[in-house]
Amino acid sequence: MDRYLLIVSTVCFLAAVVHTAIELRAGVFRPMRFNFFAVGLGFIFQTAFLSLRGHELGRCPLTNLFEVFIFLAWSVAAIYMLVGPGYRLSLMGAFTAPLVVILQVFALIAPIDIRHPAKLPANPWLEFHASISLVAYGVFALACIAGVMYLVQERQLKTHQLHSIFYHLPPLTDLFAAITRLLWWGFVLYTLGIVSGFFTGHPLPRVQVVAAIGVWLLYAVIIQGRHLRWLAPKRVAALCIIGFSVALTLLWGITFTTEIHQLP
Amino acid sequence: MNLFCIGLSHHTVDVATREQFGGSATAESIVRDAGCTEALLLTTCNRVEVYAVALKRISTDEIARCLMRKIDTDPHDYAPPFYRYEAEKCVQHLFRVASALDSMVLGESEILGQAKKAYESARKSGAVGPCLHRLFQRAFRVAKQVRTHTEIARGAVSVASVAVDLAQRIFGKLRDCKVLVLGAGETSERTARALISRGVSDLRVSNRSLDRACELAQAVGGSAVPFDEWAAQCREIDILITSTASETPLLTLDILAPMLRARLDRPLFIIDIAVPRDVDPRVNQMEGVYLYDIDSIRSVAEQSLALRRQQVAAAEAIIAEHVTDFVDSISRGLNRESQTGQHPSLSENSLRPSEL
Repeated sequence: MDRYLLIVSTVCFLAAVVHTAIELRAGVFRPMRFNFFAVGLGFIFQTAFLSLRGHELGRCPLTNLFEVFIFLAWSVAAIYMLVGPGYRLSLMGAFTAPLVVILQVFALIAPIDIRHPAKLPANPWLEFHASISLVAYGVFALACIAGVMYLVQERQLKTHQLHSIFYHLPPLTDLFAAITRLLWWGFVLYTLGIVSGFFTGHPLPRVQVVAAIGVWLLYAVIIQGRHLRWLAPKRVAALCIIGFSVALTLLWGITFTTEIHQLP
Repeated sequence: MNLFCIGLSHHTVDVATREQFGGSATAESIVRDAGCTEALLLTTCNRVEVYAVALKRISTDEIARCLMRKIDTDPHDYAPPFYRYEAEKCVQHLFRVASALDSMVLGESEILGQAKKAYESARKSGAVGPCLHRLFQRAFRVAKQVRTHTEIARGAVSVASVAVDLAQRIFGKLRDCKVLVLGAGETSERTARALISRGVSDLRVSNRSLDRACELAQAVGGSAVPFDEWAAQCREIDILITSTASETPLLTLDILAPMLRARLDRPLFIIDIAVPRDVDPRVNQMEGVYLYDIDSIRSVAEQSLALRRQQVAAAEAIIAEHVTDFVDSISRGLNRESQTGQHPSLSENSLRPSEL
């Protein structure tokens, strides 16, 4: 039953992607209403899925890689809905939806929804650590999306080739301000996630700690580079994309190889 | 009852012919002199058009006579190619005009304001009755829908508007932007004024002749900068507009590079409208610098126009839908009134379905 909710949610996000593609092709790109509703509806079904799964498990649904990916997709959609309009980045829906579709389609197709035979006991610190870390990943994902938007806009301005989407993307300075804020939010949340990991009462696998600190250091360098003006905005945007790709790969690798959520 | 439109536009005649018509005529005088029940006169630099409703057919010559500046001249002496649209064609033409599909610059925004002004003026004089009222209200609605649901008005098509549009795409709100105008030419001045109209408050002018710089600075509400100090301004400014008569580039990589280090996180938008160019084109390769010369600005304007042309079919579809709906609504109104036996003012002035 819960998988059906996820399929419906994926269809909603896919509708936003298809709608964007059709409009871009026709040169009449209008990102606002349809995309926001499609993403909003998809988000409601995602929430319903996570809620059902959470009730079933009796804890935060982060017990396998499948749930981790869905929770990450949910974080991305939730943060888009929270900060997108506030940062005047409503077009992000056109960029957010494809990322959510990729995450959810992968989670639905890959054989990674392996249920644990025994019911796992609730551990508030572990659940907080896992969920806050994934919300941080969601913020980094949005920073990555804003980075893509920045590079698209910057490229068009540099080459003097302005397409239909140019007139719908936010100004460069607004995008850069949004990237900076998202980096800070993500960094603070990720730091909280790492720190709370030490309070879970379980020994942390070394590979997980090293990877988490690696990601933390990477984002610390990007933020410092931006703050001290070592890095030009274009490089910060590119590093947001690289940073999130690295973080996502490590998240997958760690979750897949170390079975972090399997409690004794 | 006849609804018709008679006019001249940039499509059919040159400005020398257009300027012979429409001078002192008003909607009121057309109603009086031509015997229409309702009339509206739309005169812009590109068109002179009369929209009218009459009980009997009124000839094109009759309307032309009302529009002529020299009242003693016979319209046949000019024989200008007045176009005439009746009933449904008239409705369609007005919707196209209001939506700027018939304009010289496709998708321009001025025509809608001009049509509203013409309507308001005719309404105040009592020349507009219920038929033209409904027609023009619908035309304004159609124009708005076309602008909202298509990209017909997207992008800018003049040097000044392209510059302002691009500046907004880079900086967002222009309120905090610092602008330096280098060379006090006419296009620079127009661009500077366009930027000021969008909120720029810090505008500096530099010119070889300080007097001319002061003159322009005063005219646009900016401040003058001595010519030998302009380069140092590049540390602070966000937008540079250059149009000097220099034979060699004034701004090169060597001059700009050290200044950019101090402003790494702030973009610099350069509009070089000088020929020969004032800015070395390689400057565009520098991080955070967006250089547009006159050719690239024209290219952006052409891209905008091409984008607008792509939207014509979508706009025509919206218009066609509204024309059908408008004609149907008039017909339904007439049928309802004939069934109830009432003869409100609208029925007296409305169009018979057969005539649509």
